[in-house]
Amino acid sequence: MATAVATGKLLEVNNLSVDYLAGSGTVHAVTDVSFTLERGKVLGLAGESGSGKSTLAYAISRLLRPPALITGGEVIYHPPVLEKSNGTGRGHRQLKNEIWDTGAPIDILQCSAEQLRAFRWNTMSVVFQSAMNALNPVMNIGAQITDVLRAHRPEIGPDARQQRALELLKLVGIAPDRIKSYPHELSGGMRQRAVIAIALALSPEIIIMDEPTTALDVVVQREILTEILHLREEFGFSVIFITHDLSLLLELADNIAIMYAGRIVEYASQYDLYSRPCHPYSYGLLNSFPTLHGPRRTMTGIPGSPPDLRAIPSGCSFHPRCPLAFAPCNQVLPTLSPVPAQTSGRSVACHLYDSRFRAEPPTTAEIATHYEALAMTEGESEA
Amino acid sequence: MSVINEVATMPETQNHVQPIMEVVHLRKEFPLRQLNVFGPKRAVHAVEDATFALYPGRATALVGESGSGKTTIARILARLYYPTSGSILYRGEPIKLTGGSATRKYRRHVQMIFQDPFSSLNPIHTVRYHLSRPLRVFGHTRTHDEETQQILSLLNRVSLTPAEQFIQKYPHQLSGGQRQRVAIARSLAAQPEILLADEPVSMLDVSIRLDMLNLLLRLKNEEQLAFLFITHDIASARYFAEETLTMYAGQMVEGGPSEEIIQHPKHPYTQMLLSVAPDPERLKPGRSLPMLPARGEIPSLINPPTGCRFHPRCPHAMPVCKERFPARTNLGNGHWTHCFLYGDGEESQA
Repeated sequence: MATAVATGKLLEVNNLSVDYLAGSGTVHAVTDVSFTLERGKVLGLAGESGSGKSTLAYAISRLLRPPALITGGEVIYHPPVLEKSNGTGRGHRQLKNEIWDTGAPIDILQCSAEQLRAFRWNTMSVVFQSAMNALNPVMNIGAQITDVLRAHRPEIGPDARQQRALELLKLVGIAPDRIKSYPHELSGGMRQRAVIAIALALSPEIIIMDEPTTALDVVVQREILTEILHLREEFGFSVIFITHDLSLLLELADNIAIMYAGRIVEYASQYDLYSRPCHPYSYGLLNSFPTLHGPRRTMTGIPGSPPDLRAIPSGCSFHPRCPLAFAPCNQVLPTLSPVPAQTSGRSVACHLYDSRFRAEPPTTAEIATHYEALAMTEGESEA
Repeated sequence: MSVINEVATMPETQNHVQPIMEVVHLRKEFPLRQLNVFGPKRAVHAVEDATFALYPGRATALVGESGSGKTTIARILARLYYPTSGSILYRGEPIKLTGGSATRKYRRHVQMIFQDPFSSLNPIHTVRYHLSRPLRVFGHTRTHDEETQQILSLLNRVSLTPAEQFIQKYPHQLSGGQRQRVAIARSLAAQPEILLADEPVSMLDVSIRLDMLNLLLRLKNEEQLAFLFITHDIASARYFAEETLTMYAGQMVEGGPSEEIIQHPKHPYTQMLLSVAPDPERLKPGRSLPMLPARGEIPSLINPPTGCRFHPRCPHAMPVCKERFPARTNLGNGHWTHCFLYGDGEESQA
């Protein structure tokens, strides 16, 4: 394929905020989130349930419906620099080119309905949470794939559509003779593959995957992840991968953003995050799943539960659960800023790394000691 | 930092403690509708020849892919299915498999925790109702006050505090973790000695999983409950259980102390399961994802592969694997496997 892995910015999210207007008070699901997605990279979004991961993804794809309301920010899409006047092979990009022939960056949040229609699935597709239920039970999977092509590429004839559907099934590792199968005839892993095939139908540049493997068992999960990485290498699309299972992201993502109570609290490359988590919350998440190696010891995880998003704690929203909380934490809101004396591109929102409040940033060992002290006191109170 | 299960993992303790429940040569087939009355009888062979024991204060983990028969075993032990053949011994006595009162007596000792806390609680009943039913059915309470007292203490045991607030709540007012705690409290209400936990944490959020595992660990260690812990996450089996059994397509292929199984897996299927588990230790700057040694789905259990059912996916398959299922080979330290690579039934010291 002609889509060589280009580099450069693909999607830029600036100060995005999303509220849910509920009768019992406004839920601030996403607050002031900014990040950049590079071409051909996998960005992981991790956090507990209710941390705003899915809302963020739906806001980017403009899929939110009332009572959700995007209260501010912008989502800038940078179209690829197109080679001029290449008649063949680019036909399916025509519709897009008519609308965005300038190649200038576009704010998705300001798009008209017509522009959105051209943007969705051509440029950005979504693999939904519990993809098992994302398929229509009364249509066979072939029809569901051709449906996408019929809606977005009316110029393609029925035979070519069928051909493309077979091609897509082969890509994701489903035998082409299953094209007439209904979703209930497929196993969970195969349904997941079918949904990925639909997402790939128009060769998008961005695929948002919202917990695509949560309901699957380990072996199938590994197969799907290998498949995603393999397809990414072949087509060079970017992925926003949402999950609460950080252990998966560590193997899959290039960069990881940790979300807590609607904000990004740490942004780092996967290796940096694993070898030296900066934010106490990241440390807690990393240490909340049992490991296959090392000493078997009682682990504590993160004490407490996520905050009510209608009444987010003042200052740093993590301070009621944080074992390292100190004076400024419940008063001053930490901002996402680069970590001093660290590799570039990593940032954290924590006062421990702010020279105004604390001269020396803490080491990972110090965070670990505090968590262990907490485990001790908890163990005593329970005994 | 305390090292858990240290004493319990020692193999010699097994010799002193009497097993509370033994499962001997358990088989389960689900008959299929017969279209041709003269044709061969068709059935789903869900479990073939399962043999293991549960000990008080110890947990046995069953790991394997979905469709390997783990849940079927738990459901047979919970008396939700009848076994096709084989016997279940409770404190050395074979249990009677028929009769309502025998079943009720049995369920007083053996309770089950289900996977999905969202569907295992009745949405139209309060927490109080859910916990009062087993208390009344098993005759643990007589008066209303006594019942309230017991329910409050149950809620405290599963760390749902303040218990007075939770007692009147409906399932939809609780989070996933809280619901699973109510489900655990409900199974504890019968005052059982054996708990069958069918993937108790797989539907929960990562940060809550550990709380739940710690709660179950506390129950196991302090109240000396025997656990059958079913999971597909081999790391949590290591964290929770002293003993691990690997199942593939209804056959038990390997078993032994958890640490031994995970650090020195012998059967190719256990090795494959471990290689696909997420493991950040593999993470290196120039990373390479582990490739799947064998592709393919779990085989059809209606016409399972002959011999060792893993042979179509096994990288070390030999001609003999197709012919018959290997006998159990003991590898020392309580570690055993069914695989021709390590012999065929004779004792060997690996």
